[in-house]
Amino acid sequence: MTLLYSEIEEELRAAVRDLLADRYPPATVLARIESTSPYDADLWKALARDIGAAGLLIPEELGGAGASAREAAVVLEELGRAVTPVPFLTSAVLATQALVSADTDAARELLTALAAGETTAALAVSFAASPHVPETSGSAAVTAEGGTLSGRVTAVAGAEVADVFIVPASGALHAVDAAHVTVEPIVSLDLTRPISTVTFTGAPARQVSAGLAPLRAALELGAGLLASEQLGVAEWCLTTTVSYVKERHQFARPVGSFQALKHRLADLWMEIVQARAAARNAADALASGTDTATAVAVAQAWCGSVAVHAAEECLQLHGGIGMTWEHPLHLYLKRAKADEIALGTPGDHRQALARLADLPGPLAS
Amino acid sequence: MTVDEAALKERARAFLAEHDPAATEPLGFLRARFDAGLAWVHFPEGLGGLGAPRELQNVVEQELAGTPQVDVGKMAIGLGMAAPTILIFGTEEQKKRFLRPLWTGEEVWCQLFSEPGAGSDLATLATRAVRDGDEWVVDGQKVWTSGAHHARWAILVARTDPDVPKHAGLTYFVCDMHAPGVEVRPLRQITGEAEFNEVFLTGVRLPDSLRLGEVGDGWRVAQTTLMNERVAIGGAPVRRGGGVMGAVADTWRQRPEIRTHDLHQRLLQYWVEAEVTRLAGVRLRQQLAAGVPGPEGSGMKLAFARLNQVLSGLDVEMRREEGLAYDEWTFRRSDSVDFFGRGTGYRYLRAKGNSIEGGTSEILRNIIAERVLGLPSEPRVDKNVPWKDLPR
Repeated sequence: MTLLYSEIEEELRAAVRDLLADRYPPATVLARIESTSPYDADLWKALARDIGAAGLLIPEELGGAGASAREAAVVLEELGRAVTPVPFLTSAVLATQALVSADTDAARELLTALAAGETTAALAVSFAASPHVPETSGSAAVTAEGGTLSGRVTAVAGAEVADVFIVPASGALHAVDAAHVTVEPIVSLDLTRPISTVTFTGAPARQVSAGLAPLRAALELGAGLLASEQLGVAEWCLTTTVSYVKERHQFARPVGSFQALKHRLADLWMEIVQARAAARNAADALASGTDTATAVAVAQAWCGSVAVHAAEECLQLHGGIGMTWEHPLHLYLKRAKADEIALGTPGDHRQALARLADLPGPLAS
Repeated sequence: MTVDEAALKERARAFLAEHDPAATEPLGFLRARFDAGLAWVHFPEGLGGLGAPRELQNVVEQELAGTPQVDVGKMAIGLGMAAPTILIFGTEEQKKRFLRPLWTGEEVWCQLFSEPGAGSDLATLATRAVRDGDEWVVDGQKVWTSGAHHARWAILVARTDPDVPKHAGLTYFVCDMHAPGVEVRPLRQITGEAEFNEVFLTGVRLPDSLRLGEVGDGWRVAQTTLMNERVAIGGAPVRRGGGVMGAVADTWRQRPEIRTHDLHQRLLQYWVEAEVTRLAGVRLRQQLAAGVPGPEGSGMKLAFARLNQVLSGLDVEMRREEGLAYDEWTFRRSDSVDFFGRGTGYRYLRAKGNSIEGGTSEILRNIIAERVLGLPSEPRVDKNVPWKDLPR
């Protein structure tokens, strides 16, 4: 087990970071979220095809890179650092992992299209679904009958840009083309990853897996890797805040020279040191398939709160400018707060640890 | 000479073949081990080492497991702080004189740094050393000195020039704890025991040959000692769910009647915090092993101090009536901290020292903010002011 970054991982990080720095400074993100679609199709194409992000987790024989969760985690750190509005987590992690786990001919056919970056997918579950509580996925609301699906799933992320939906319904996993689905965007807290209500009305579907095990695998991988996105968000917030308090003068001193602020930033730095270790540990566990449940729950229980804390400190220590729409930090606060709920709250993951770490709760009374 | 793992193994085995630990008395065995360069392999040849990479020490420890060992608790100051400082700043004579009996445990060391008036601001210390021919005459009071009543030697920082700014007027010495004028008094702590001492120095005469480093260079020498202290305190490895967390979790599992929803929520939060701190320590050690030491070390002591305090506090609270009792307040000296041998009340009280000893958590936050994050320092009112003119 190593919690460090390999050379290959650092090269991948550099490639993603260079692309985002060139094409996606924060001002561009701000302009984009006020356009008709927050997702940037051109950027996603470059990321998906040129860097191969779309097929990172897809086996090589299906045209993917055959990489592991460790590499995907590094991509998510960078996407978090730039709050990039691309469907990497929703398509290339969640939907892709469901199909990889399904391992059927129908799934493999879809994966080949996903690996080429021609198709984008979304897993039709609530983004608030906890991997520990399958009922929270919202899949009970959809039923399969005679090769068609009917029902409605709320709070689906990445739905607007999906060409195909991977839908859990009636105890199996199905694929439905977007042409047969009604997607209603919801005014969302996270402007860079909005949610939608997805409705199926007798939509023609093909089964990609007989059981729901692939759904659980996808939610666990998504939760574990979300920790790396949260790490990226938190790191941007700390770096940006440190730069600001060095420059900003009040009382004829940089405000960063006041001990009251320095101690808060030192504590935040330590939380991020711990978050990096936890996120790396989750990615490594998911890559090797050992100790995954505990590693994922620990990473989510910690990193979700750290990202929110980092964004909240970022806002407070920026003072008035932090409250303006013009400054990009609100994008990070909104992403961090939405991520805290996504794929299980920190409390959900702590609750799971009660079982995993053998720390049972009070007896029923 | 480059020493690799195989060569070290070979050397340790050859040493064992020549020195049967069962047939040699422990001190003789340790002396021979030192002379064979197997004490601390990263030290130079002739001084207990082989000039080998530090991480190869484990190879020797594995080969010599089960043989007589040094008491690392009692010798912590000598091994962890005095030795690395003597190695860097000592003369050849000083290294030859001090390092061998230090490592074998024949001579115990203590640390005379903190004073009643100089804690976090150590550089403002007031203990004077005045030159008198080939000797120095030392007067002052030191505090928080663990092991002073056993110690043969001490590392001492004293003021040799009060007319220059505080950092510039310090000199570092080895203090002879048997010299006339050295008086050691136990200092009783909130736990009831005396783990530490006050040390009064009255007209203590030290030969100039006990000076470590140049006159006026004491602050730089002391920095070496203090960096080693923080590494020693912050670097403790623990297994998942181990340490203080393990003690609390065991009680929790064994006694279902104490469980409440409120305690459960906090227990799970601390368990997660303990685990991410452990992982940060694992990652830090991996960085060190890969030769890329990160700044994370500065934070580990901060994190462990907080965890020990919140967990030991929870442990007392969740025991209710039992938490109202304390194992014993009898005034006694203790030679090392027996954290798990005592009751929960003791752990709660002793852990309060974790955020004070070896650099307070507040000072550590300053270090992180200034040296890791690069934030500007507070305006210094004592800068460029002669020490004697500072308000006290």
